[in-house]
Amino acid sequence: MAQLFHRSANAVARFTIFGGVFLLAGLGYVGWIFAHSSFMTGENVYLKQPVPFSHDHHTAGLGIDCRYCHTSVEESNFAGIPPVATCMNCHNIMWKREDMLAPIREAYAGGDAIQWSRVNDMPDYVYFDHSIHVRKGMGCEVCHGRVDRQPLIRQATSMQMAWCLDCHRDPGKYIRPREEVFTMGYRPTEDSRSMAERLLKEYDVNPGTDCGVCHR
Amino acid sequence: MKTDRWARSLVATVSVLISMAAFTGCADMKDQPHHEPLEYSSFFADGRSSRPLVEGTVARGHLRADDRIYRGLEADGSFVAQNPLVVDAALLSRGRNRFEIYCTPCHGRVGDGQGMVVQRGYKQPSSYHIDRLRGVEDGYFYDVITNGFGKMSSYASQVKPRDRWAIVAYIRALQLSQYADLRSVDAAIGARLEAGEVIDTRRHDAEGEEEHHGTGH
Repeated sequence: MAQLFHRSANAVARFTIFGGVFLLAGLGYVGWIFAHSSFMTGENVYLKQPVPFSHDHHTAGLGIDCRYCHTSVEESNFAGIPPVATCMNCHNIMWKREDMLAPIREAYAGGDAIQWSRVNDMPDYVYFDHSIHVRKGMGCEVCHGRVDRQPLIRQATSMQMAWCLDCHRDPGKYIRPREEVFTMGYRPTEDSRSMAERLLKEYDVNPGTDCGVCHR
Repeated sequence: MKTDRWARSLVATVSVLISMAAFTGCADMKDQPHHEPLEYSSFFADGRSSRPLVEGTVARGHLRADDRIYRGLEADGSFVAQNPLVVDAALLSRGRNRFEIYCTPCHGRVGDGQGMVVQRGYKQPSSYHIDRLRGVEDGYFYDVITNGFGKMSSYASQVKPRDRWAIVAYIRALQLSQYADLRSVDAAIGARLEAGEVIDTRRHDAEGEEEHHGTGH
């Protein structure tokens, strides 16, 4: 019986067997990149909002504290989205005829709410509480980035589990004094590691990495 | 033989479909059928999942019956003259903290009505350092925070009753800081001040604590 394959087919067979390993690895790599891409995590993605509210202008420009609007961040799991009445505290005079603010004025007059697009949305199977993080000396900026430099707000981090665990395993990397939690651009004035050791003890920081800490 | 092959490919197809369904199932778990605070709901006509309370609703243990604390009013409807909370360092420091969040944008850090929003064109509020406001009752400030005044809106939804009283205490401290009377200090120190000497109050307080240790000063 004649040979079915030419001798060169051996090389092809060897190449495809070994090449398959690289092909699979390559596919895995592509998958990994895809799973960590901002397309999947939402990191750095700007969402369309009904009113182009600028955190940059209101915090860095005017010096308004985060808690002026996010009133429940210190005592609730939810930081709080201000009602339009809060906007009208100033905008009953400031820029009161600006077209950009028309949705706010109309909602206020009609007793309606503005339907903002949610930027930071934890998956529903994750338990997250703002108040405990604030109490334990985690600055807003650690998770939300330099809000004072974001004209439009975006999700500043991947918010994937590995990101949560990075801090839960070693909170000393990010801890700061409670008085500085709402400060943007905080730089430690003392040696950061010894300060971290002191604060971890003082605030009794013990985040834990058991599944049940967050998936409860 | 042929049916065997058909069966096998059928099993393969079905298992692939099931695993795909399982993965979409995972995606759904990120957004489970319950409402997060303030989330949109198509169920209610106004689109809100957080329902407004029926007027007059009082949660158990949250009845605000004490008019002096919650309205700043005496039984006869006049303003409470003195802060009903114990004014101590803790209350003052809380007051300062809340004041600098909610009040400084307009009133400024020393209460002169020169806050950043005013500098950008908002109607200037009265300075706290005028005779009229030095003369009003504590309850008056509480009432203004709670119900607003002139162009100032109510801050009741942003500042809780106890924090409002803390702010009132801090406003009093601010007023004192700009209107201290020479007669209210020690005669010896008064004389030094009148001679034009500058006294570092922080250092003086530290010395004073040592001197007056145990005398209840």
